[in-house]
Formats: sequence, structure tokens, C-alpha cells
Amino acid sequence: MSSQPTERSNSRSKNSPAGGAGVLERPAEPAAQLNEDRDILVKIFHQMLLIRRFEEKCAESYSLGKIGGFCHLYIGQEAVGVGAISALRADDYVLTSYREHGQAIAKGISPEAVMAELYGKAGGCSQGKGGSMHLFDADVNFLGGHAIVGGQIPLATGVAFASKYKETDQVTLCFFGEAAVNQGAFHESLNMAQLWKLPCIYICENNMYGMGTSLQRAMSSQNVAAKASAYELASESVDGMDVLKMREATQRAIKRAREESLPTLLEARTYRYMGHSMSDPGNYRTRAEIEKYQERDPIKIFTKTLKDNGLLSDSEIAEIEAQIKEEVEKAVRFADESPLPDPKELYTDVYANPIN
Amino acid sequence: MAVMTMRDALNLALKEELARDSSVFLMGEEVAEYQGAYKVTRGLLEEFGPKRVIDTPITELGFAGLGVGAAMAGLRPIIEFMTFNFSILATDQIINSAAKMRYMSGGQFKIPIVFRGPGGSAYQVSSQHSQALESWYAYFPGLKVVMPSTPADAKGLLKSAIRDDDPVIFIEQERMYGMKGEVPEDDDFTIPLGVGEVKREGTDATIIARSVMVPTALQAAEQLEKEGISCEVIDPRTIRPLDIKLIIESIKKTNRAVVAEESHPFASVGAEISAQIAEQAFDYLDAPVKRVSGADVPMPYAKNLEQLAIPDVAHIVAAVKEVSYV
Amino acid sequence: MATQVVMPKLSPTMEEGQLARWLKKEGDKVSMGEPLAEIDTDKATMEMQALSNGVLRKILINEGESAPLGQPIAIIGEPDEDISELLKTASAPKPEKAAEAPQSPPESDAAPAVEEQPQEVETPEPTQSINGDGHKPRTDGRVLISPIAARMASEAGIDFKTVQGSGPGGRIVKRDVESAISDQKKPAATKAAVGRISIPRPARAGVVHGPSAYRDEPVSEMRRTIAKRLVTSLGPVPHFFLTMEIDMERAADMRRSINELYPDLKLSINDLIIKVVAVSLIQHPEVNASFQDKTIRYYEHADIGVAVATENGLITPIVRAAELKSLTEIATEVRELAGRARARKLKPEEYLGATFSISNLGMFGIEEFTAVINPPEGAILAVGAMSPKPVVKDDRVEIRQTMRVTMSCDHRAIDGATGAKFLQTFKQIMENPIYLFLDQ
Repeated sequence: MSSQPTERSNSRSKNSPAGGAGVLERPAEPAAQLNEDRDILVKIFHQMLLIRRFEEKCAESYSLGKIGGFCHLYIGQEAVGVGAISALRADDYVLTSYREHGQAIAKGISPEAVMAELYGKAGGCSQGKGGSMHLFDADVNFLGGHAIVGGQIPLATGVAFASKYKETDQVTLCFFGEAAVNQGAFHESLNMAQLWKLPCIYICENNMYGMGTSLQRAMSSQNVAAKASAYELASESVDGMDVLKMREATQRAIKRAREESLPTLLEARTYRYMGHSMSDPGNYRTRAEIEKYQERDPIKIFTKTLKDNGLLSDSEIAEIEAQIKEEVEKAVRFADESPLPDPKELYTDVYANPIN
Repeated sequence: MAVMTMRDALNLALKEELARDSSVFLMGEEVAEYQGAYKVTRGLLEEFGPKRVIDTPITELGFAGLGVGAAMAGLRPIIEFMTFNFSILATDQIINSAAKMRYMSGGQFKIPIVFRGPGGSAYQVSSQHSQALESWYAYFPGLKVVMPSTPADAKGLLKSAIRDDDPVIFIEQERMYGMKGEVPEDDDFTIPLGVGEVKREGTDATIIARSVMVPTALQAAEQLEKEGISCEVIDPRTIRPLDIKLIIESIKKTNRAVVAEESHPFASVGAEISAQIAEQAFDYLDAPVKRVSGADVPMPYAKNLEQLAIPDVAHIVAAVKEVSYV
Repeated sequence: MATQVVMPKLSPTMEEGQLARWLKKEGDKVSMGEPLAEIDTDKATMEMQALSNGVLRKILINEGESAPLGQPIAIIGEPDEDISELLKTASAPKPEKAAEAPQSPPESDAAPAVEEQPQEVETPEPTQSINGDGHKPRTDGRVLISPIAARMASEAGIDFKTVQGSGPGGRIVKRDVESAISDQKKPAATKAAVGRISIPRPARAGVVHGPSAYRDEPVSEMRRTIAKRLVTSLGPVPHFFLTMEIDMERAADMRRSINELYPDLKLSINDLIIKVVAVSLIQHPEVNASFQDKTIRYYEHADIGVAVATENGLITPIVRAAELKSLTEIATEVRELAGRARARKLKPEEYLGATFSISNLGMFGIEEFTAVINPPEGAILAVGAMSPKPVVKDDRVEIRQTMRVTMSCDHRAIDGATGAKFLQTFKQIMENPIYLFLDQ
């Protein structure tokens, strides 16, 4: 099973001489026990596959010039977002980085609203004014979409602070990459969260590369989970390619947050198959490495798990694929047909209280 | 009406707004148990408790961001920077989060946060502790910037800032905390943001000044009056949005303008005011707009050098005479 | 039979006339005795009558142009007559128009100037000021004017090119236009110019003045004639003389008080006279003038030449812009200049180019005398001794300090009334020096 959550730290930083604690360094563990409703599991499967197909469509749209600026794809990391968010209530909050399409969809923003936002259209979830890096939806408590690395971490800490202040038992999930762990904002936030006992769950998606820089080249101590010990904050290292393990780890963290109002740092070991963004030629890693990691494709793993447990047949999978194809095409159609924002929207929503 | 110091006026504003709205909380270094580094938050912990008045670690970027997140989730934070020099560490959250959240989300979130604290020069605290950063913050659409110059203004404007649904940068001045003045005692007394005030009426020249330069400008006006030059002193009070209309009306009357500020001259608030005057009152000007700014150097420690670096009455008097061709 | 119309002699002294206005157009019927045109002569504007009947076939001289006596200016004849012969004789080369229109002012901007560049100036001494520029007249043709001044001038119907600018680089500013507007409103000074006296103020402290700025105005027809006649009858510079007696009681008092307070200053009556003359000159700019043959030069400042007797003769060191200087400055400067004059250490620009001179022989006991004008100045004031004299005051005889001054004027530039008005102001201020400290 995955490593034990560390409540109080005396664990030493586990510097593996061969490199970070990546997914492949541990032996493949046996599949998790499936003690969930089939409906939930199928929903999780559907979401992961939808995100995968959606992101593939984004790649296509981007190369056709329909998506401008930056486009950061979630392909390979679906299990982290879907697994973690599946454990939340609707009134819990999510904040994340710019690699957010998957989390946005998992939290409940419709693929149409996401695609229209990527296309910069009025029907986008941010009215076309945010783009790929700034998806927001207050109705589903998805609080963005932040483009400064680590910028979302203090924000999420504040959202958790507000829940505690208002004495609700809402929790906040905060996603960020392992490179963000080097930002001061990460450390300042964890310190405050533990000091003030804030119900915030920090999920580090360790995909081993900060843009073109591997974590060996960026971090003196590559054990991300261990960094929580500096703040005496609970942490866990999770196999981020296993959606159920991700879900269970998040459930443990949520319980801690709701019941004890304490934060957790989850390190999800994962991998992205595409480049940092659509503009990244990916010269910093080998084809061989990528192919090796594709053997641990989270969707492939979960499909096998479901099939092995007799929960999903090939024909059902095909049906789901067909549905997803339709959902994605619907999203593209919506985005294509949505109008560009009205030019006077240039000046709206700068202030809630405009003066003069 | 009561006579009180600016410190106490600010304290009263905080007290009244904390009492009025339970979603308002105050956070910063030494604001609670220490009673405030400059005693502006004296007594608030005792009255409102540690949930509402919170001491932070020295972690400006962290607690500024925390404030913005809390605002996104429905609270109304007042974040104190012990001085605005320290806000520089927090600028990523002020500029990239607070100023932009509403716009980039297509209007889904409002950020009713106040970042307050003293800015500008103090007494021999040297270059890293003496900076006037208002033009930095005024630069960004999405922020509002306010600078009071009297105790009454301080109280009325701070209350409005707290009640405003947008991020407000509220810059006080340490050298003015002890200044006394009449302050309305009504706990609903507010001064609207975006509205300036004529601090002294006159007919021959307009002096536009803010914060600690307002008393200096008023003294200069007194001196000039004796020499037969009647000056109108205008305090915009809110820097962004700027009450340019009030300034232009005055210049139409006097035909000449001097802007007095303690900040450095390049791309200062005074530069912006000069540009707007040139655009909107060109045909009324008898002379180019004259700026009296702080010296274009980091603030030195030595007492005499510091005095040379900050505009004084003589500088303003000379500037008014220059634009009056006297 | 077609006839030429020639410039008629309309006054005994007229030698040439300026065609002011044609009263008939080419092609109009004309009958003998009918007024044909108005002609400006040396004395007045006169009507010229047609001396024949017919049609005005050709006008040979345009309005505003001048012609000497006898020159053909038009042809009257029958409508269909051949007038080519007459035209030929009429088109002998015309003498250059004497009453030429003033040079049209050079291109100027209404908009305020951009940063002024350093300029060549006719005046040798560059003035220093905080802005590095004083009141040098511009030679590049640009007129600097502030936006509000331009607007005020336009609204008041004033051509701002006629306004003197007191701002940096000669910029015309609001107060310059304001005073031009109020000058406009002043009625023509037909009565004695007593009353409002304005004391000039320096633009800024610490300015060192070079020779005064000036403007040249073209001499009118009448003036030119007067000048010519006077020269032929009275020698090179036609002098006339005006004498005035001044009650010096208050001036003497003031001098005494000042010297009590500042014993080292040793202010003299002459220092006071210099200041009063200077202020009066600014009040009467027509006297602060110089006849320049084709133009009359009007100076902006009163540069007072103070006659100093030296071993080698008379020399007049100059107090520049005396109207702007304090009594202290004048006293100090005069003492210094006089000292250097006697030591033969004056530079040319310190004794050449005054706008007005004062000669004081009072220390020799001379009661009054007439001085010779230093060309090209327009006038000189000869100051006699101050001494107690019995005078009638309020129907009683009192002993009061009295002084007589005689002003010599160049009649080509200054008329009797003009000089007299100046002396009236001089007397008014000299008798009540408190005017120097008021600005009505």
C-alpha cells in the first residue's frame, strides 16, 4: 500500500540517489480494493476519459490556431485531479495553476464553457477575459486558474481561512506542481496553515519537470512530502497514476481538515505525456522515458482494474467513448458558434464599485 | 466633533467597521498583542478578540495572498503592512491576484480588501524604509489608492475603503499619526472615494498636494499670501480614481499649477497629474505645470541630507513664484 | 481729349502725397470739380478734385502708395479714346514709395513655444536669470505666448504681436495681455497725465540687465516732413527746452532719513532723481525714444546715462533698467561707475547706448542750464542746484527746498506736449517720492 501518512515528522528526507521518488521507482503495487459504488467508479472513469479526449482536442484546436496564447495540457495527470476532486463535496473549493482544464471539468465546469473560454469567446466561463490559464466558476466553487507559479497557494490558504472563520466545514484543495514548492509562497502558506490550523489540502502534482527543468536540477531535497515536516504538517506521498489511491488519500486529508481543521500536503507522483505547454518541443526528456511512463497510463490502469473486477465491459467502454466523443464535439461546436466578447466588455468588471 | 490625532481617528474607523460588519477582520504584524507598531490598532484585540484581530508571522507575500483568498470566499480583510516598504514583497498577490481577480474571472468575484499602513518618509529611517509607492499601485486598473492628510479625512476615507467592494491601497503617513484635528464622531461618517477637497481657497495659483505635503503646501500658501499671491490648495485624497475635475476647475480660475509630492519625480503621481492637466486645461495655463518632488535619490540617513531630499515650504514657494513670473 | 491727373500740391509745404482713398473707380463718370480721391499730405488729409470731365479710364497709383508732386496718378478721358500715349509717359519709373507699409511681421506661432534655443541677439550683454534667459528680443520671428494669454488676446481683439512679453524668452503671459487690455480701455490722454502711476517690477531677482530691448515703429508722413524741415532750420538735432521748478522738500527729507538709517549708503539727491526719471520714462515711453531716421525707436527699459565730469571731459556711465533697481542699488552702482569713469576704466557698453541722460551741475551752484542731447537719445535732463527759496504755498509764503530742471528734447521724436507731460509726472513723483513705493 502507499506510504503511511506522517502526522508528526521525524521522517528524514528520502533522497534517492537515482533521482526523485518517481512512479517507476516503486514496484507496481496491487490494485486498490474496490469498495465503492459502481456508479461512482464509472463516473470517475468517464471523467478521466473525457478529460483525456478534451485535452487531445485542445491540442488539435491549438494547432489550428483556434486557441491562442499558452495551452498547458493535463494528459497523463488525469488521475490526480479526478481522484482528488471526486472526494469533495460540491461546496468545497478548488484552486489550481494554469494546467487546469482537467480540474475545471472534474469540479463541474461544462466542457462547452471551458472550450469557449479557450477560444476566447463570450460563452466562456470567464467571459473570454481569462483564457486557458484563468478558468473560474463561482457556482461550482472553482476559484481559478492562476498563472504565477505558486500564486494560488496563499490564495487557497485564505479561502480555507475564510471557511474556518465562517465556521463552515468546507475544505479547500490547492493543486500546484513540484516546481512551485521552491517558491516562498509555498512555505509561507504551509507555515500559516499549520500555525492557524486551516482546512486546506495542498496537492503537489509532482510530474518531475518544472517546464524544462527536472526536479533533480531544481531541488536540493527532492522529497516533496517530506517538506511538510518543516512545518510539522501532515503529509503523504501518493501514486498519482492510480485514481483510487488518489481518491483515498484525499479522503483521509479531507477528514483531517473537516474534523480537526488541520492541513495536509499530498505529494502525487505523476507524469505528463505532453510538453509543458503546446509551445514546448520537449527536448529535455527522451522518447524512451515518455514511453516507459505511458505503461503506467492512469486511464489504462483504471480500465484494467474495472474490467478485471467485472465492472465494465468492452462494449460499455465503447459506448462511453462514443458519448465522450459527442460531448467533446458539442464543446467545440459551442465554442465555434459562441460570439467574441462585445468590445465594450473591455472596460467592464475592472471594479465591483466603479467610481467616476 | 472631537479633536483627536490621526492615529486615533484611524483606530476609531477600524473599531467602528469591525463592530459594524462581522466579516471584517484585521491581520498584520504586531497588530494584536503589541497593540500595533504605530499603535493604530491599539485596543482592538481586547475588544474584538483573536479571531478578528490576528498577528501574523513576518510573511507579507503569504498573508497578503491569504487576504485575497479570504476576500474571494466572502470575507472583508484589512491587511496591515507595517510600512508600505514591506508591501513590495507582497506585490505579486496585490497586483496579480487582488487587482485582476474580478476582471479575469469575467466579473465572478469581488475582492473587498484593504491594504493599509504608513508609506513615504519617516525620521532618518534610510532608503529601504522611506519609500513612497503610491504611483506603483495607482498604475494598475483594478486597484484604488487613497491617501488621507487630516484626521477627519483619515477616518472618513478608511471607513469608505473598508466598505468598498474593491481592493484599496490605503497609504497613511507616519509623520502625520500625531497630527491633531477635528473629527466627526458619527460612526456612520464616511468620505466618498474619488472625491478631492479644496483645503484652502485662492485665486492666483493652484497647489495640488497629498498626504504629508498638504500641511507643507498650506504653510507655503500662508507665506505667499503675505507676498500678495493667493494660492488654492487642493488635496485629491483619492489618488486612483483621481478627482481631476476638481483640479481642472481650480486651474481654470488660477491659470497656474504646482504639484507638490514627496515621491521621486519619474513617473510619479505628479507626472500623471501634470499630463492630465496638459490634456484638459491647456488653454487655461499661463505657465507649464511645475512639479516639486522628492529628490531623485534613495533616501539618505543623515538628518541634513534627508531634509534636502524632501520638499519643504521654500521649495513650494519658489515653484509658485516661478509659475507666477515673479 | 484725355488728360493725365497728377499729384496736386494741396498745401504750401507739400512735396509728396500718399493716396489715401480713391473716390471713383475705373470706368466711373467724372465731372470737373467732383472729388476724385483723398490724399494724405504732410499736414492733413485733403480731397483732390477732378479738373476735367470724362470717364476715369485708368488709375495709376493704388491706395496707400505715395507720389511726388506732379506725378501722373490717373487718366481721365472719353470712354473709347486711345490713351496709350498718355500711359507711356505716365509709366516713368515711380519713385519708391516713401510711405511703405511696415515689413509684415515674421511668421509667428500663437501656440506657446517649445524650449527656446539660444539666440543671436542684437544687444551684446546676455542677461542672466534662473531660466538662463532674460528679456532678449527674439530674432527668429517666433512669438512666445502662454495658452491663456493667447486666448485672452484673441477674445479682446488684440493682436498679440503688439504685446510685449514679460515671461522667460519674452513669453507673453496673462498679465501682459491684461495690461494691454486695460491700456486699450484708457481714454486718449488729452488731459494732463496725472493720476495712476505704475511702478515697474523686476521679473525676478538677481537679473543683470544688458542694454534695453526696444521696438522700432515706422515714421509717419507728417513726422518725416517735420524732421526734414527742422533739420534744415535748426541744425543736426532740433532741440527745444522745457523748464520746471520742483518742490524738493519731501525728497530732501526722505534722503535725510535714508542716510540716517544707512549712513554708509550716502544716497545723493541725484540718485533719487535717476530713479524718478526712470520711473517717469516708463510711464511716458514716447520720451524714452530715439529718432532713427526711418523709424522711431521706443525702448523697453530706462537706461539712464549719468553725466560724470572727469579730467578728460564729460562721460555718461549708464545705469541699466534703472526703473527696476532699488535706490540702494542705484546709489551703489552710480558711485562705482563714477569711480571707474574717473579712473578711465569703463567698458564701451557701460557708457554707450543710454536711452536718456541726466546732467547735474547743482553741485556747482548752477541754478538752471540747458544741456545738449547725446545723440541718438531723444532727450536729456539738466538738473540745477537745490536750495531753499521762498515759495507761495496755501496762500502763505514758506521757505522750501526748490530745484529747477530743464529738459532738452529732440523735436523729431518728441513734441512739446509729450515732453511736458513727462515733466509733469517727474515733478509729481519728485515732490511726493512716496509714489515710488505705491503701485496704484
